Amino acid sequence: MPEPLREVIGKACPLEADDVDTDQIFPAQFLKAIERRGMESYLFYGLRHDERGNVHGRFVLDRPEFRGARILVAGKNFGIGSSRENAVWALTDYGIRCIIASSFGDIFYNNASKNGLLCIRLPGQAVRDLRERAATAKLTLTVDLAGQTISDGRTSVAFEAEPHIKERLLKGMDDVTFTLENYEAEIREYERRIPRFVIPRTPRSS
Amino acid sequence: MVTGKTIFSKVWDSHLLAERPDGQSLIYVDRHLTHEVTSPLAFEALRKAGRRVRRPDLTFAVMDHNVPTGDRSLPVSDEMSSKQMKALTGNATQFGLTLFDYFSPYQGISHVIGPELGLTIPGITLTCGDSHTSTHGALGALALGIGSSEGEHVFATQSIWIKKPREMAITLRGRLRKGVTSKDVILSVIRRIGTGGAIGNVVEFVGEATSNFSVEERLTITNMAIEGGARTAIISPDEKVYEYIRGSKFAPTGADWGDALEQWRSLPTDPGAVYDSRIDFNISELEPQVSWGTNPAMTVGVTESIPSPSEAPTKEDALSVERALKYMGLAPGTRITDIPLDTVFIGSCTNARLSDLTESARVIKGNHVNKDVRALVVPGSQLVKRRAEELGLDKIFVEAGFEWRNSGCSMCIGMNEDKLSPGERCASTSNRNFENRQGPGGRTHLVSPIMAAAAALHGRFIDTREVELIDPEELAPGGLNA
Ligand code: SF4
Repeated sequence: MPEPLREVIGKACPLEADDVDTDQIFPAQFLKAIERRGMESYLFYGLRHDERGNVHGRFVLDRPEFRGARILVAGKNFGIGSSRENAVWALTDYGIRCIIASSFGDIFYNNASKNGLLCIRLPGQAVRDLRERAATAKLTLTVDLAGQTISDGRTSVAFEAEPHIKERLLKGMDDVTFTLENYEAEIREYERRIPRFVIPRTPRSS
Repeated sequence: MVTGKTIFSKVWDSHLLAERPDGQSLIYVDRHLTHEVTSPLAFEALRKAGRRVRRPDLTFAVMDHNVPTGDRSLPVSDEMSSKQMKALTGNATQFGLTLFDYFSPYQGISHVIGPELGLTIPGITLTCGDSHTSTHGALGALALGIGSSEGEHVFATQSIWIKKPREMAITLRGRLRKGVTSKDVILSVIRRIGTGGAIGNVVEFVGEATSNFSVEERLTITNMAIEGGARTAIISPDEKVYEYIRGSKFAPTGADWGDALEQWRSLPTDPGAVYDSRIDFNISELEPQVSWGTNPAMTVGVTESIPSPSEAPTKEDALSVERALKYMGLAPGTRITDIPLDTVFIGSCTNARLSDLTESARVIKGNHVNKDVRALVVPGSQLVKRRAEELGLDKIFVEAGFEWRNSGCSMCIGMNEDKLSPGERCASTSNRNFENRQGPGGRTHLVSPIMAAAAALHGRFIDTREVELIDPEELAPGGLNA
């Protein structure tokens, strides 16, 4: 169960690319884990490593001035593609707690909300402005989830947050417990009405 | 005014358990498919919390992503793959699930076996920890790709929290020319709407061209709708769908079949139903499509050339094009038909069903793979493989110089030994051309099975409208009506 997330204060790191798919964030070759451990070492693996598997240092997260960044300012369609939750785990294991983009892949967006990673949608121009300012490596932001604002200390912009995701992040809530405690009756009632033909029956011959 | 209902809203309403004021809905899940890669942590979480799988009878496990596709009598050499496979066996046993393991005659890619075994039926809700779950929508199911945490939720509660998607209708009109396929249709749709064009939407494919497609052609379309950002895709079922399901392993039988048909026939979208948005495509003039870049929207027609960053509308787009061209090792202005290929992969949940293999075989029968090309066929399931062998398709492929493999995701994702090497260029019938997708440094061009087959013979792309297609009757005398 994720820790509650109320605010994120930290350096913003620009990621100047649209359509960053989850294959880029977490390549398939590292999907073979059966435990969740050390995922950050595979984060953006292809972009951070040379052919011999060494970190070349040119990727933005590896540049000294962006070490320890907690906020990623990306482009549009961040997290499209594969449903792999590893993409989210690698980002949070690395220390990223908030991503600002003009749009997100739907499954990534959901996965993030279950793991204490806040995804904020802002209009394209606002994202571009933030990204340009982040490129100076001097942009520290305070993202206040309860108040739904992003502030650099002087000015602040508001962002929209979906109420359920906001609540889930603020409370660090476990959905399974929540559902079982509150909706068991509805689920059971539905199960009484499932038509017989919907339940797969293995043919007698097998 | 009374308006008709869409199939989506019919299925949604009948599975709605609760709605919260914050816009979240709890939807019952009739079918949950799970595989070895995205499930281990969900099972682990169940164990830790002391929970069980609520409905093992509605939950099916299959090994697909990382299984070797070579000789199944040999041990699995990749230790990590082997571990994940063992973990799935252990979990399926512990939680009482039906498992199609490495050795099962019904093993295959989840999105191929669901429809072919009758696990996917119209009107149900279905989830799977995989983004291409949208595939199952071709049979009229509401099919949602989910992450591992959501998978855990489905295991434990047989339900899923979801915000109701918007509804987009994509109307397909006209008639395809010979040598052009439903794969070309969906590639061109994605090219038009972009990788994020359908984010937040369930896309219903409608129109006479959709109805004219076979069930398997439709499966290719819904499979790739996710590449346009769609939450999922759906198509109203018809008699073709019912015929496709009838008699399959888990299909309803006897009185249940009658009940099923009655319900299924009430599902199609009513006339006059309203969507949040609509897009129209005339497919009559469509030419065969080839992706040139590093996402599926980066696609052009076979008679076109590689675009130039200077033609891109925005600075960001120019940057994307530039980066894609660099990765793909291509220069602007190069004609698609001048690109030399190293590898051809016919496989994946997009295009490895029996009809896909048949269409490819119509091109290659009696011909030979280009001497510079390595070509492989990986059937979408062991059942597809057996059926193809019954028709003698395996011989056609092998005689032409293709490798004929066992089933799995294989080179679609490069998690087993079937991978591209850095710089290797591949014509692939799969659905993703992302960087490193088919192996680190590999270069992917997404194409139809006919194009892949033609490319294997010629070592480059050619206009498949001009390719000779052998009559299906001649392909498998007496046996084929795919
Ligand atoms: S074949 Fe490819 S796209 Fe389909 S499920 Fe397997 S890895 Fe995913």
